[in-house]
Amino acid sequence: MKSNKIFMEYTKNDLINFLLLMIISLLIIPITVKSGYWYSSILIPWLCLALASIGQQIVMGYAGQLALGAAGFMAAGAFACYNLILRVPDIPFFVALALSGLIAAAFGILFGLPSLRVRGIYLMVATLASQFFIVWMIDKFGWFKNYDSSGIITAQDIVIMGKSFTSPLEMYLVIVFVVTVLTLLAINMARGSTGRNWMAVRDMDIAAESMGISLLRTKLQAFAISAFYCGVAGALFAFTYLKSLEPVAFDIKLSFKILFMVILGGLGTISGAFIGAAFILLFPVLLNSIGNNVFHGAIDATIISSIEQVVFGVLIIIFMIYEPLGMAKLWDNIRLKFKKK
Amino acid sequence: MTELLFFVEVVVAGLLAGTMYSLVALGFVLIYKASSTFNFAQGAMVFFAVLAFVGFMELGLPFFLAFIVTILLMGLVGFCTERLVLKPLMNQSEDTLLMATIGLGFVLEGLAQAAWGVEVRRLDLGIGDFPIQWIIDTFGLFVSALDLTAGLVAASLILGLSILFKYTKMGLGLRAVADDPGAASSIGIPLNNIMLLVWTAAGVVALVAGMMWGARAGVQFALVDLALKALPVLIIGGFSSIPGAIVGGLIIGATEKVLEVYIGPYFGGAIEGWAPYVLAIFFLLYRPEGLFGEKIIRRV
Repeated sequence: MKSNKIFMEYTKNDLINFLLLMIISLLIIPITVKSGYWYSSILIPWLCLALASIGQQIVMGYAGQLALGAAGFMAAGAFACYNLILRVPDIPFFVALALSGLIAAAFGILFGLPSLRVRGIYLMVATLASQFFIVWMIDKFGWFKNYDSSGIITAQDIVIMGKSFTSPLEMYLVIVFVVTVLTLLAINMARGSTGRNWMAVRDMDIAAESMGISLLRTKLQAFAISAFYCGVAGALFAFTYLKSLEPVAFDIKLSFKILFMVILGGLGTISGAFIGAAFILLFPVLLNSIGNNVFHGAIDATIISSIEQVVFGVLIIIFMIYEPLGMAKLWDNIRLKFKKK
Repeated sequence: MTELLFFVEVVVAGLLAGTMYSLVALGFVLIYKASSTFNFAQGAMVFFAVLAFVGFMELGLPFFLAFIVTILLMGLVGFCTERLVLKPLMNQSEDTLLMATIGLGFVLEGLAQAAWGVEVRRLDLGIGDFPIQWIIDTFGLFVSALDLTAGLVAASLILGLSILFKYTKMGLGLRAVADDPGAASSIGIPLNNIMLLVWTAAGVVALVAGMMWGARAGVQFALVDLALKALPVLIIGGFSSIPGAIVGGLIIGATEKVLEVYIGPYFGGAIEGWAPYVLAIFFLLYRPEGLFGEKIIRRV
């Protein structure tokens, strides 16, 4: 192997890609994109959901545990963040964010316990418990919602070092910062021994165990880290996109959405989380604009959302049949083809 | 005495409501038995079937004809699923198949809503959802006529399916396919026909389940979420056992009602939403294969 690694385990290409992405997201986008709509309806939810998808990716794509409760952990993170900022005076935003991730991680460990005994569909049912339980708990115990009678509470403004980040652009920058840090961390984990252990467990857990990998540690670690990512994503999602917190926003539909992002984007790749999130988020926008501009609203909005569901379902089946590794792999294949020529 | 009577009433209501879960679970079991595929789309099939049924009724078809047409439609759905989804995915891992059926579920839900709309429909089976006077007079219990009908329908469906599996040639072939598809097709058992039969049977079960649920709660999208509760039922009963689906449904139904009535008020109610799943987790810890399931043996 040529020693073309110039920083830790990364090649020059990796670093160039990283720099390019940073230039695009921190310079080009803030300079060129002026309309608030792009930030608050596309970029912000995309980055938040991509972060949650990374969480789902870790537990499902890397550790191979079929979990379906990402939205539950997001709810835990969102309400933890709200309560921390509400109840702890002068808590810095990033500390609250990290703590809410840790609280979500605690739930992740708790509901990841069944993974030690079961897998596949059995595990999916067990993780559904987390989805329903967490949302119910937040809904039923007034304390979490600060005894607000309307049931819908407004998220506080994000204040960092005395400056409040309220405009779409400012919130976008906060999110870019968090997502960058966590994505780098995820890539590092996936490449390092942690990720290797996850993948060993995914590919054949009994064999992994006989090679001295502790299943207990590896699986629970995956659940905890996954829930941490979902928790942070949920908090950001609530504070920057939803603005109001209500438990129903984190229902099972959102969990399915995140599951689809991971499956369509590509299991076992971090980039797949971003691609999948972009697709799931943008496709309905595209369909709606086709409905409005081509058919001039002749097609009912409910029909459009039904079509969207059908297309997602069909795509999942097609990807499962032809490219189980999703869009990220598709993209890789296309790139390789061009490189060969 | 009234305390006890009330308890019995709660349990009976729970048991009968549980048979509705059993009906949904039964469809899962049928397909799992025949093809070792976990059909996550069963809930969507329930929704699709009953929405189609109501849709046909609205077109002016009489009850019986609408029923037949819907069954034919479900056969078609099964045929397409077998050809377009399951065949290309043969010999893939269980997880891949599971994800594909999740996709299938979304397709069915979307198609049903695109074809018949999203508004809540009423479905009148001519059976009221109120207590039967005769039982009140004789035993002093309040038992809903709809619940009782659901229980009877479930019982007769199970009886019919058991006879079909045990005593007919088709059933024998089905069990052979379930055991070893390769060996079964090499001795000339028509795999395609068997699969078509199974999916149609699952479609019929879905339709019946949907009609029962629809008569109670209205034909609406929430049926899909209700059908999700068939999953804990399956975990408790075991994925490959028809009696398991029934017993699992009864256990879930009774437990969630008792918990809701006696413990629910302390927590603000609505614990029905998650109690079945938590119950399933406890079962998983002690008996992962379910009460009636086959022991899961995994080799490296």
